[in-house]
Amino acid sequence: MDQLIQHLINGITIGAFYALVALGYTMVYGVLKLINFAHGDLFMWGAYLGWTVLAGAGALVAKPGPAILAPTFVVAMVSVALIGVLIERVAYRPLRRASRLAPIISALGAAFVLESLARNIWGASYKVYPPEVVPDIEWRIAGDVRIGLAQVAVLAGSLVLMAALYLFVQYTKIGTAMRAVSLDHDTSRLVGVDVDRIIAVVFFIGPALGAAAGVMVGLHYGSFDFTLGWMFGLKAFIAAILGGIGNIPGAVLGGLILGVVESLGAGYWAAQWKDAIAYLLLIVILIVRPRGLLGERVAEKL
Amino acid sequence: MSQIRDRLRALPPAYLYLALGLAAVVLPLFLNDYQVSVGVLAGIYILLGLSLNVIVGYAGLFQLGHAAFYGIGAYTAAILNLHFGIPILLLLPVGALVSGLFAFVISRPILHLRGDYLCIVTIAFGEIFGIALKNDIFGLTGGPNGLSGIARPEILGFAFTQPIHYYYLVLAFVVLTIWLAGRLEHSRLGRAWMYVREDELAAEAMGIDTTRAKLTAFVLGSAWAGLAGVIYASRYRVIAPESFSFIESVIMFCIVVLGGVGSVPGVLVGTAGMVVFPEIVREAKNWRDAWLGAAMILMMVLRPEGLWPSRRARLEIHEEETPAPAPASGD
Repeated sequence: MDQLIQHLINGITIGAFYALVALGYTMVYGVLKLINFAHGDLFMWGAYLGWTVLAGAGALVAKPGPAILAPTFVVAMVSVALIGVLIERVAYRPLRRASRLAPIISALGAAFVLESLARNIWGASYKVYPPEVVPDIEWRIAGDVRIGLAQVAVLAGSLVLMAALYLFVQYTKIGTAMRAVSLDHDTSRLVGVDVDRIIAVVFFIGPALGAAAGVMVGLHYGSFDFTLGWMFGLKAFIAAILGGIGNIPGAVLGGLILGVVESLGAGYWAAQWKDAIAYLLLIVILIVRPRGLLGERVAEKL
Repeated sequence: MSQIRDRLRALPPAYLYLALGLAAVVLPLFLNDYQVSVGVLAGIYILLGLSLNVIVGYAGLFQLGHAAFYGIGAYTAAILNLHFGIPILLLLPVGALVSGLFAFVISRPILHLRGDYLCIVTIAFGEIFGIALKNDIFGLTGGPNGLSGIARPEILGFAFTQPIHYYYLVLAFVVLTIWLAGRLEHSRLGRAWMYVREDELAAEAMGIDTTRAKLTAFVLGSAWAGLAGVIYASRYRVIAPESFSFIESVIMFCIVVLGGVGSVPGVLVGTAGMVVFPEIVREAKNWRDAWLGAAMILMMVLRPEGLWPSRRARLEIHEEETPAPAPASGD
């Protein structure tokens, strides 16, 4: 029983990361109907930039406290968001009217560039997040179930970000415009929405959330390397499909379900097949319910 | 560049192929072993590109897990050769058959999915295949280290030992495949594929069984990749999971799309760009992926129809720039 609860807690934590990254996929898919293959690598850049800030602070101050986390997140999120906007401008915007094949290749190309740049800038070896940034406090809840401060913090942080995004999309003018653009570009233009600007906003917010997830993954796992982006990105995309692509609460739900299923699968079945579980889940959901749990019917025919 | 291409295009294609074929036969006699090895590798990728071209180019299905079927062929051949000692060349049809069978079983439930969804499912299959290989599934695949000690090919007592032997073996298959691909493209089935690619609904209305057309494209293309896998296993005699990973699928996909979707010469050009060129500039290996990625973006922005597009694709994309073609006859 204790073990089950522990798996659930870990699964929800990882699921929250998936959810944050999935939001970027789902928002981009919503407005452009494009799988942004570069998104996983943007998330990874967030992890690297966060590490850079923390390592830099560690070189200046003897023992950076938790206060350093605020600038870490800001730097990582804003820089990655700007890279996201740049990629949209260079690699996707010229292809709005092209065939569906062209943006896929272009997105894969952007992913290649980001990954290769990261490997050349930061090297191929593992990067370790300084463990002393978050105080090492652990609570025992009921029996042998443990939860760390870092875990609570990242969970709370991602929930706040998701709630903020939801409110933004539902209740602000830009959010309303985003929803309009995801329904129909031309009609949005007719009612005065600057579609290009809204798409740029989406490519700012999505990668910013991804970068936040990147820093949190660094804090949670402690270490990572340049291969993090692809695998994690793919799984987050699976989470987005699971919940129903284009649907923001769906991405959160999908992320949490994927995290929990993976954690239970790894715990009770076989850890080395953990990654296969996610892919299997994807295939099953696309065969059985292609629209996802909360989505509209889009996956089959136009 | 484009002028040269137009000039070349004006020639009957037979001359072009004859000249290319002659060069492909004679040139390796003057090259060193390393260069010939690159030629062998390029030949294998041409086979893969042509096989994927059937799926992506002709039928318009986004397949980003092609490396899995390449791997199924290679592993089938390796396992049967190592356990039962069956000569590797006899396993060519077996590898193709097993790959085709897998493709049939896997693709049947997913073919109705739309473009990029299909793409993501094929990625998932590719990844599952890779994970299965690494986990030494059924104790057959040898885990992360793969399988080694695969026998050399032999024909009537002649053993393949030098790179140049393999080169001519691969060349024979490349020539055969190019010929087959040309025949297939203009066959009833090939025209059905292109109809499905251009407008599935209209194709269905004209009485084409679209599911069946897509299924045949998927199975044929995958089977041919399986064949290429057997050749790969016989050439390197060691196979490991990395050779069939996602990045390989991407390279194959790019060979088809960068060269020009649905175009046989496009596959040759695409292979030169994706496989031979990076091999030449190996010193810059660390930056290779960055250049490759930048080239992919640039290519899609500037020349989305590919370097050597099929006539049809070129007309579609640059409709207003080219003079109206003569009424097509019998095509």
